[in-house]
Amino acid sequence: MILHVPYFIAAWIFLWGLYGIVTSKNLVHQVICVAVLQTSTYVLLLSVGYRAGGTAPVFADIPVGTPVVDPLVQALMLTDIVVEATVAALLLSMVVKANELANTVDPDELRILTG
Amino acid sequence: MSSRARLIVFLVGALGLATVFALGFCDLPPMGDYRGPYGYVVTQVAVFERHATDVVNAINYDYRAFDTLGEEFILFASILGVLLIFRPSQNSEKKESYDPGQEDLPASDALHVTTQGIMGIMIVFGVYLTTHGQLTPGGGFQGGVVLASTPILVYLAGDIEAFQGITSSALVKFSECGGAAGYAILGLAATVFGAHFLTNVVPLGTTGDLFSSGTIAIISVCVGIEVAGGFVQLIRVYLREIVGAQLKEQE
Repeated sequence: MILHVPYFIAAWIFLWGLYGIVTSKNLVHQVICVAVLQTSTYVLLLSVGYRAGGTAPVFADIPVGTPVVDPLVQALMLTDIVVEATVAALLLSMVVKANELANTVDPDELRILTG
Repeated sequence: MSSRARLIVFLVGALGLATVFALGFCDLPPMGDYRGPYGYVVTQVAVFERHATDVVNAINYDYRAFDTLGEEFILFASILGVLLIFRPSQNSEKKESYDPGQEDLPASDALHVTTQGIMGIMIVFGVYLTTHGQLTPGGGFQGGVVLASTPILVYLAGDIEAFQGITSSALVKFSECGGAAGYAILGLAATVFGAHFLTNVVPLGTTGDLFSSGTIAIISVCVGIEVAGGFVQLIRVYLREIVGAQLKEQE
């Protein structure tokens, strides 16, 4: 059972990120909550791909056949980290514009709709 | 909806979600007991099939190259979105009212010297990461981000004129588009040889050499160029937004 803990940590991070998005009073805070929520997938993927006694899947200095962890989940994560940073940048730029137009970063007060 | 009602709705939903998670996780194999076939198969064959010792990048830029191309374009599109949102408008004079609160202190000589020293190391390290992705941990994504951090050092050292010169150069603009296009064109080039899109058609070379692994190394460099160009553009438009007046004076 103790070896299932990483999966529950991933769910824990996911739910707290979701809680932050739902209750946020500040759009910048909300964007960070999206980023937190996304990090839960990294914890889950790394836990799923881990192999007891495995080393990094790089055969530059170890012979092929040495037990290694799953490289597939690492490849998935690696691209996601960089892409996530740019998506956060896009969201934050929208926050800047929202603040310019509505003079508030509280999502509850963003009720204006102008053409 | 009041914030209280929203919280109650969330808690009910979260409880259900947590239950589903818990039920699902209990049947997963415990951590360390890896069973999936893909990890076993790909680590056995990648080095022989693709002559790349870093299997993570062999997956990223070869076995899963089509997916990575898609993610590459997510990155491209988000950066394009930021540039579009922050495009200079006619009525942007109000940004001049930015007040840092205090006068900027002049940058010290120690800061200049240290920054220049670190910059050299970072550029070499970024190029190394980008070009050795097929051999050791690294690759285009990581190397590109390291390379993109160097203009920030120039800015931190207070040399705004040089920062402006680096970040607004045509090279930066070209590198973002050029990197993304290079990746796609490389994929199309395979079809000219009668192979499928993004097939590894370049000679694979000797395992462990810098010029090995065929398209993996080339795509890694393309991605590095694109990520570096894209992040420098991001940094430029954000700084123009935050310290707009200061940067505009230099223009």
